[in-house]
This record gives sequence, C-alpha cells and structure tokens, in this order.
Amino acid sequence: MSETAPEASGMRWTRWLPLALFGLFAVVVTWGLVHPKDDTVRSRFVGQPLPAFDLPAAADGKPGLVSADFAGKPMLLNVFASWCIPCAAEAPQLTQLAAAGAQINGVAIRDHKEDLAAFLARNGNPYVRIGADNLGKVQLAIGSSGVPETFVIDGKGVIRYQHIGDIRAEDVPMLLGKLKEAGQ
Amino acid sequence: MTRFLLLCAAMFAALSLAPAWADDTMPPAPYANRQLDDPKLEAKAQGLMETIRCLTCQSQSIADSDASMAGDMRSQIRERIAAGEEPEAIRQWLVQRYGDYITYTPQVTRLTWPLFAAPAFILLMAAILLRKRFRRITGDEGDAA
Repeated sequence: MSETAPEASGMRWTRWLPLALFGLFAVVVTWGLVHPKDDTVRSRFVGQPLPAFDLPAAADGKPGLVSADFAGKPMLLNVFASWCIPCAAEAPQLTQLAAAGAQINGVAIRDHKEDLAAFLARNGNPYVRIGADNLGKVQLAIGSSGVPETFVIDGKGVIRYQHIGDIRAEDVPMLLGKLKEAGQ
Repeated sequence: MTRFLLLCAAMFAALSLAPAWADDTMPPAPYANRQLDDPKLEAKAQGLMETIRCLTCQSQSIADSDASMAGDMRSQIRERIAAGEEPEAIRQWLVQRYGDYITYTPQVTRLTWPLFAAPAFILLMAAILLRKRFRRITGDEGDAA
C-alpha cells in the first residue's frame, strides 16, 4: 500500500489537467466572443513625413493639393468622397473645425467633379484646397484604409495623428488639441 | 408560409442592395482588371496580388475583391511591376504603410515567433521523451536477463 501512495498523489493533479485545459479553452473562447476583433487598419505612416504628391483640383474654385502645401502650420488632411455616406455625416464637424481656425485640405477619392460640387453645395465647403485622387494613389501612399479619415499634419509636413472614420461631435476638441500639440 | 416567403424575399432584396450602399461610380483604375501584356510580369503581379489583403473586404485578397480600393491597389501593383519593381519590394512598401496585416505571407516578428518556434520545440520534446522510453525498455530487458 505504501508503495502505491506516491503514485496516487502524482495522479491527483494530472487527473484535473484535461479539465483545467478545457476551462482555459472556455475562458479564451468567451473572451473572444465578448471582445470582438478590432479590424481597423491603422496607418504605420504616423510619425513619417508626407510622401510627395501633386493632385489636380477636384472642384472648381478650389486649388488642387500638393504635399508642399502642408508647411508653416499644422493642418488637417481629410480623406473623403461625395459617394461616402459617413463623409456627409462628418461635414458639420469639419465646418466647426474650420470655424475654430483649423485649415482643412481635402483629398477626394475617386470622385466626379459634378458629384463633388453637389456634395459641397449640400454639406458646406470647409476645405481650403481639394485634390482629386482618382486612383487612390495618395490614399495608399499615406496608409489610409478607407473613407473618411483625417490626418493631422504638422508645420514640417510630418503626419502626427490619424483619425479613422467620421468625426463625431466629441472628436472636434480632440482634433483641435492634436493640432495644437503638433504646433508645439 | 407566404408571410415567411415574403420575409425571405425581402431579406434577399436587402442583401443584394447592400453592396450598392456606398461605392463610387468612377470606372476602375487602368490596370485594375486588365492583365499586363507580358505574361511573365503578369504572373509576378498575380502572385503578389493573391497575397495582399483587401482593406475593404478583409478576408479577401485584392486579387479576389471587387472593392474599388482593391482595384486601385491591383492597378498600382501592375504598373509598378511593369516599371521593373520587384514584388517583395512592393510588399514591403505596403507593410511600411499598413503593417503586417496587409500581407498574407507569414512574417516572423516579436509577436509571431512562437508560431515558428513551437513545432521545433515540440519535436525536440518528443525526441527526448521517446529516447527516455526506449532506454527504459532496453534497461528492463537487461534486468530480466
């Protein structure tokens, strides 16, 4: 009897091992269900200088956009399109940002001139310049994964912050803060 | 039953309308759906496009996706390969902008190295265990003899 005792005590914890593993598995699965996957793809280009680009004017009456336009003071680069519904939703917030003194330059993705003109007439035009990115070249070059996105560019042309998705009311003071931060 | 069928029909209609919800009306980029004339270069481009994730439909490659952004990416990849760039250089260019998530080829990073190390570790442990086991058997035989 005394010989089998150490073996029995050895069995005691290994016997629970499969249950413990199952418990661990259940915890991992539950955690995965409760925390859905975040599938926003952030730009790795934050902290890097804007790549050189030269976009023609996307709308009559507003000049096109060159990367060298981002100089002197921090500005916003808003990636948008007239066919993008959240872009219309963020328009009032862009107007608010412009009213607060932010300079907003737009990059219009795959947009027709007349569609864009109608969009600006309907939602307001807070942009100083709007470049036409008809092949998504600038969008890819700065690591933007969709519309709308808003980048904070500092006075030296370095990308300082990326906001993914439409700008909500609560994002306005945040973006103004980021602009101020970029100016320091 | 008819009510159920109507509901099904309505759901189908909603599903088929969904992709038209927000997309542009521009024609696709020049090389989005057009192969390169040189079959060798096209094969190079195709190989790369099949292993780059579409950012709009994230479980598809850009070769499989109809999203306009995937079309723009295909066009740019074909143009750059026609201009003499190597596929791996273009992949790195994309990884620099979007991170490892953009590529379907596994990358060894600080986060993923256990995936590569685990099989080697398991094989090593198996070898050690098996060696012990075989030794014990020969040892027992020795005792019996």
